Amino acid sequence: MNLTLRIWRQHGPEDKGRMVTYPVQDVSPDMSFLEMLDVLNERLILDGEEPIAFDHDCREGICGMCSLMINGEAHGPQRGTTACQLHMRQFSDGDTIDIEPWRARAFPVVKDLVVNRNAFDQIIAAGGYVTAPTGSAPEAHSVPVPKADADAAFESAACIGCGACVAACPNGSGMLFTAAKITQLSLLPQGQPERYTRVIGMVDAHDEAGFGGCTNIGECASACPKGIPLNTIGRLNRDYLKATAKRAGS
Amino acid sequence: MDLYTEGDPIADTRAPDGPVETRWERHRFEMKLVNPANRRKMTVIVVGTGLAGGSAAATLAEQGYQVRSYCYQDSPRRAHSIAAQGGINAAKNYRNDGDSVHRLFYDTVKGGDFRSRESNVHRLAEVSVNIIDQCVAQGVPFAREYGGLLDTRSFGGAQVQRTFYARGQTGQQLLLGAYQALERQIGLGNVEMNARHEMLELVLVDGRARGIVVRDMVTGEISTEMADAVVLASGGYGNVFYLSTNAKGCNVTASWRAHRKGAYFANPCYTQIHPTCIPVSGDHQSKLTLMSESLRNDGRVWVPKAKGDQRSPREIPEDERDYYLERIYPSFGNLVPRDIASRAAKNVCDSGRGVGPTGLGVYLDFADAINRLGRKAIEAKYGNLFEMYERITGEDPYEVPMRIYPAVHYTMGGLWVDYDLQSSIPGLFVIGEANFSDHGANRLGASALMQGLADGYFVLPNTLANYLASSGPLDKVDASHPEAVAARTEVEDRIKRLLAINGDRTVDSFHRELGQIMWEHCGMERSEAGLRKAIDEIRALREQFWQRVRVPGDGEGLNQSLEKAGRVADFFELAELMCIDALHREESCGGHFRAEHQTPDGEAQRDDDRFAYVAAWEYTGTGEPVLHKEDLTFEYVHPTQRSYK
Ligand SMILES: Cc1cc2nc3c(=O)[nH]c(=O)nc-3n(C[C@H](O)[C@H](O)[C@H](O)COP(=O)(O)OP(=O)(O)OC[C@H]3O[C@@H](n4cnc5c(N)ncnc54)[C@H](O)[C@@H]3O)c2cc1C
Ligand code: SF4
Ligand code: FES
Repeated sequence: MNLTLRIWRQHGPEDKGRMVTYPVQDVSPDMSFLEMLDVLNERLILDGEEPIAFDHDCREGICGMCSLMINGEAHGPQRGTTACQLHMRQFSDGDTIDIEPWRARAFPVVKDLVVNRNAFDQIIAAGGYVTAPTGSAPEAHSVPVPKADADAAFESAACIGCGACVAACPNGSGMLFTAAKITQLSLLPQGQPERYTRVIGMVDAHDEAGFGGCTNIGECASACPKGIPLNTIGRLNRDYLKATAKRAGS
Repeated sequence: MDLYTEGDPIADTRAPDGPVETRWERHRFEMKLVNPANRRKMTVIVVGTGLAGGSAAATLAEQGYQVRSYCYQDSPRRAHSIAAQGGINAAKNYRNDGDSVHRLFYDTVKGGDFRSRESNVHRLAEVSVNIIDQCVAQGVPFAREYGGLLDTRSFGGAQVQRTFYARGQTGQQLLLGAYQALERQIGLGNVEMNARHEMLELVLVDGRARGIVVRDMVTGEISTEMADAVVLASGGYGNVFYLSTNAKGCNVTASWRAHRKGAYFANPCYTQIHPTCIPVSGDHQSKLTLMSESLRNDGRVWVPKAKGDQRSPREIPEDERDYYLERIYPSFGNLVPRDIASRAAKNVCDSGRGVGPTGLGVYLDFADAINRLGRKAIEAKYGNLFEMYERITGEDPYEVPMRIYPAVHYTMGGLWVDYDLQSSIPGLFVIGEANFSDHGANRLGASALMQGLADGYFVLPNTLANYLASSGPLDKVDASHPEAVAARTEVEDRIKRLLAINGDRTVDSFHRELGQIMWEHCGMERSEAGLRKAIDEIRALREQFWQRVRVPGDGEGLNQSLEKAGRVADFFELAELMCIDALHREESCGGHFRAEHQTPDGEAQRDDDRFAYVAAWEYTGTGEPVLHKEDLTFEYVHPTQRSYK
């Protein structure tokens, strides 16, 4: 099939950036979306132009590196699918496709479609862990975990840190990402001792990093390729309230 | 042989002697410690943030060292360990099914086709049990039984259920555990994290590893970082084949640069080809996707009995199908180890019975399992894998059998290390897939995650301390040291050279072509004639690369073509060494199958009299590497021919 791509080009953080149109021919429906970009890049290089910079690594939907806004949707039209797993059979001959980077205050553009998501790491560093120095762990079976809790913790732990939730949110909020980690750890016995300091640390880091507030619009959960449920944010809010009450009381 | 010379054998691996069960314990006691006040004054560089590097950096920082970490992705959480699906082995014996440290040790030595070091493997089996404890304490959400205890399953060639897992995302969950421990140390100021930084050279001072040269991939700035010791945890080199299950950025550069500076490269030809991957769909193919091995527990592998049978699989009646694994290996059936399943698939396809548009594929059929257990049960077990398959191929595996074909997956070879995980360069330690230790000529499923975490959490922190304590205070050196300046200049010159060629072919086109040569001649089956041909072709193509590659843009700022060019340049050199290693090893073992060396019924034929050694290669710069042999002795597990019939 033949397509028209309109792609965001931006030389660097200081550049203003613009959409540039590229026609592409003979796209196979079996190609992945990123392979289609590879083919375009090969052509651009031979034509003496700079190839389009975009982030990717595993190309199997797990590393969270790929990050494309495709026709205004984070990771494109297929639900539960990262950009790297999207295949061209989802498109039709003659389509025009807009490709842009994540846009959010906390994720500045580095070049073309590449953004800086370091803010996510800062949120984790502020409490998204269980303190368990190597060697200090008790025997694994000393604390049984009900299967339902372990399964629910897993659901939230499936977050790949891609940032689609932030890109999809009109406020550029990182609450779904933050809540996913909070939920995982607060469901497990191992996460209890630091439960309330964790939520305060992470939410403060979230706000400091320039993410917007959550107004419960829910765009994040529909864009999330890993199906992180919106109710994790409710859980975060409850823990946060309790934590602030505890802090005020102490 | 004309392509290499032989040097002195490796005399000392620092492996302790005495009963194998007590070696690690005794060694731990005999090793020196660094006192806590001194640790703060010592800096350790860790390249890589996968299971190996992430766990090592976090642990070293917890112990009080100053740690500097590096990765090429935008976050340490994205290292390719994240993609591991199936699980992690540990000798917990929670099932009471006869497992033990000794059995895991035995299985690993046998699975490695008697080409690994017994001392190391035993230690690995010992610490495996601590890994699970550690990960549970971090909040890793492993699969559990209704009683709240950990669930396990059997995996790839093992007859006990010792594989712990977190649905199909075990690597992700283990890595996030290590990543979170690492982020905690970053937050505390004990680790300086440098994401989007690529190591391009190793710096030696007075023969010791004292630093690295890195490129900031965002600004293009080249800098030299000095330290008391350097740890490489930079992963495997499967991408030398271009198409593999590795992430696109996986590379050999960190290891190769160290090799050029004197670190021996061991058994480079030992490559694992995984039998269950989605077949190539066309020339645009950029990587291959693994379908977890666990699928072979319920799927049946078959091809049509007749050559060139074009009917759709559902129209082929039972008696015209060849369930070849069940036929050839009645006792293991579809669960034979990876190398055997892969070669069998190649053989049926070579005989003209392969399926799918390219003829390079075999069916993995769930119809029987769905009939027996119901669709729901299959969905619960493999739902996410089936979805992934459908997204990629557009076919529904509940209705039509999956098509699979082998793909390059893991590299057992890597930088040579002694028992302390130290390379042949003092002060340079190598952990995880980047080293060669533990898996011999073939790795068992679910054992790479175990090894990465064993190295990073439990082995390296002890052995590195011993090195630092034994070498006494090292001279203070900084980036202005002549050796550091020289290394940095080398890096800058190389980048300039790559940018200046401005030829007429892209980096990817060279990489693809190199990959085809390697797949053809140094893949599932190797022969003397093929390997010799490959070496000639690699040399010719490498020359073309340096004359005709086009790397657009400049060295300032983000330049993904430049990154790739540097990696492919190193793959060219590695590829030649792999072929030389494969050529010199005139036997078949594990993942290395030489056409000339097979039993009458087509199985791998080892030659223990001539080849029971590790081949450690020294770089000389002349193109003729020097072979150092480390003899392997087996006191506990006696070499036999592996049989899965
Ligand atoms: C698809 C897939 C599934 C797998 N499933 C399993 C499984 O179920 N069980 C199992 O046991 N094993 C499995 N494996 C194997 C296992 O995942 C790997 O062997 C293991 O995770 C490697 O870990 P590592 O820490 O050594 O390297 P990696 O996780 O690859 O990390 C390498 C690190 O080095 C960094 N790096 C590399 N080069 C440079 C450089 N030049 N400069 C700076 N940084 C650099 C990278 O950024 C990264 O942080 C699987 C592998 C694949 C590909
Ligand atoms: S919550 Fe979903 S969208 Fe947000 S980072 Fe995690 S996986 Fe991506
Ligand atoms: S490239 Fe890894 S998730 Fe898309």
